[in-house]
Amino acid sequence: MAVAYHEPMLPLPHRVRRMTWETDDTFTMELVAAGGGGGGITSFAPGQFNMLYVFGVGEAAISMSGSPSNPDTLLHTTRAVGSVTKALANLHPGQLIGIRGPYGVSWPVDEAEGRDIVIITGGIGLAPLRPLIYTLIEQRERFGNITILFGARTPDEILFRDEIEQWRRRFDMDVLITVDRASRDWRGRLGVVTTLIPQSPFDPKNSIAYVCGPEVMMYFTLEALEKRGMPRERVFVSMERNMKCGLGFCGHCQLGPKFVCKDGPVFRWTEVASLLDIREI
Amino acid sequence: MQVLMREDFDTLIEKLQGADYEVIGPRIREGAIVLDTVDSAGDLPAGWTDEQEGGRYTLHKTDSPSLFHYTVGPASLKSFLYPSKSLLCRVYGGHNDFDVEEPEIEAPRRAFVGVRACELHAMAIQDHVFAGGRHPDPVYTARRNNIFLVAVNCSKAGNTCFCASMGTGPEATAHYDLALTEVVEDGTHYFLIDAGTKAGRSMLDELPLRPARAAEEEAGAAVVRNAAESMGRSMDTEGIEDVFFENLESPLWQEVAERCLTCANCTMACPTCFCSTVEDISTIDNDMAERWRVWDSCFTTNFSYVFGGAIRKASSSRYRHWITHKLAAWQEQFGTPGCVGCGRCITWCPVGIDITEEAAVLRRQREARQGEARYGAGTRTAY
Repeated sequence: MAVAYHEPMLPLPHRVRRMTWETDDTFTMELVAAGGGGGGITSFAPGQFNMLYVFGVGEAAISMSGSPSNPDTLLHTTRAVGSVTKALANLHPGQLIGIRGPYGVSWPVDEAEGRDIVIITGGIGLAPLRPLIYTLIEQRERFGNITILFGARTPDEILFRDEIEQWRRRFDMDVLITVDRASRDWRGRLGVVTTLIPQSPFDPKNSIAYVCGPEVMMYFTLEALEKRGMPRERVFVSMERNMKCGLGFCGHCQLGPKFVCKDGPVFRWTEVASLLDIREI
Repeated sequence: MQVLMREDFDTLIEKLQGADYEVIGPRIREGAIVLDTVDSAGDLPAGWTDEQEGGRYTLHKTDSPSLFHYTVGPASLKSFLYPSKSLLCRVYGGHNDFDVEEPEIEAPRRAFVGVRACELHAMAIQDHVFAGGRHPDPVYTARRNNIFLVAVNCSKAGNTCFCASMGTGPEATAHYDLALTEVVEDGTHYFLIDAGTKAGRSMLDELPLRPARAAEEEAGAAVVRNAAESMGRSMDTEGIEDVFFENLESPLWQEVAERCLTCANCTMACPTCFCSTVEDISTIDNDMAERWRVWDSCFTTNFSYVFGGAIRKASSSRYRHWITHKLAAWQEQFGTPGCVGCGRCITWCPVGIDITEEAAVLRRQREARQGEARYGAGTRTAY
């Protein structure tokens, strides 16, 4: 089905192939272009997002969470918290949504060549980083140490649990998990994710960091990275803002002079450092 | 430069109509000069003039036969090129299956008569926003391609005008098909007329014109000079990006917030403000859903909503965002300033908040800080 719209904001129909609940409120939706093959999203880069449309409800900007090497299995992971994401959560395999994209700036992979990598994330922030982790594992020999630091509020809220367990079993990367609070059967670390930064095996002089999580978590993460001597220009963050168009003209996603939809969502820390210190910018 | 006599002005309107244009010009509606269909020169507000101040707009009738002796009203080209409401698509079906139908784009042929220099600059700014990126907006570009622009150089400046300091007026220097200067003196009433495009030159060929005499050209230049010199306000744009980005935590924001009603009037009246949202509407049977793009304003709380709440909750943050975007961030985003000095945001603000005054306060605060940094050590020894 080759659809050529004039209007760049029109959704392309995609069918839900599978719904997987990751936690109580977070699910992964697998999509396939309606009418099979052709049309739709043929490729994307890690960290990019699509606008997902639910019939009669509206659109939401959701990052891809699957592997960029396998764009036919188009995955989006999100929490059911708003009107659109709750409506998405109520859909069943076989039903239709609209998508348009991919939009936005991706995590820079080539810049990590020959360096240690540290990925720092909390909660749903792991979803837009998973395509990057897949890419890094596929091209493992290009990089130094890889460390993933992940924080969740409780053990039940650990995203992609089976996969994290697989990553932890690998000998070529370190995965450190911490939770804010847990019952007595939790044998892992307790505390916020920033507490993992001082002890992690990366050389700050030759590393790159990718950070995604709630804004307050990123703020303290950046502070901890700086304390370890990580240069600001090798730290990348993914920002979240309200988005209506994804194309840079609805105005909603502005962060100072930046449009998060097209200048981001991934920013080099130095591009946004002065803005992150300002309340309600 | 050529001359079109006042009694031949209707020929211009007829020729535009003959070229299949709907002619739009200034009309008095509900106590303000706005833009609407003009059938003949008799529809134009002859003799009317306006008085504008912060939060105030009034019209007066004079004895002058002038057709254009007033400045811009609340309406602008924006609502014609970028409609306040436009249908993005209709979606038929439901969650199990649906088809997306793209509506036909309505792009009527329209000729605008009496367009001011600031308006033309505002349009050029919106060209960058809607047509300058990777995804040109099809509605805007189609409408933009179907217009003919007859500019009028301003013969007076309003108290809230500051185009001269923004370099955007009062004389139209670009982006027009035809430009007029209206001269009323010693019982004669004529227009100096000039073309800016090929379409404009073809139109000149159809009009009853004669070459302008040197004295007439001088009279026209004096009209524009007079407008430039009587401008009510000014904006210092020197280093304006630093003035704003170094003042993101100024006490001014809280001070303005105590007056600002966050009513969004400034963004609606502004000829460059472009923000929009999308509204989803469905039938009661839920078998058809529409998506409408509608104007939005950064002054609403919902504008910055993300899960957990709005980013800009305080009205101080919202005002800071608007003015910083308009006067500073715009430059990095689109390579132009976002303000043309038309003064609408001042006139149509119900409490008369003045963009030029707030920018000047910020500039003084920054200069005071710089002064302190330079001389501070010496001046504080008294303690």
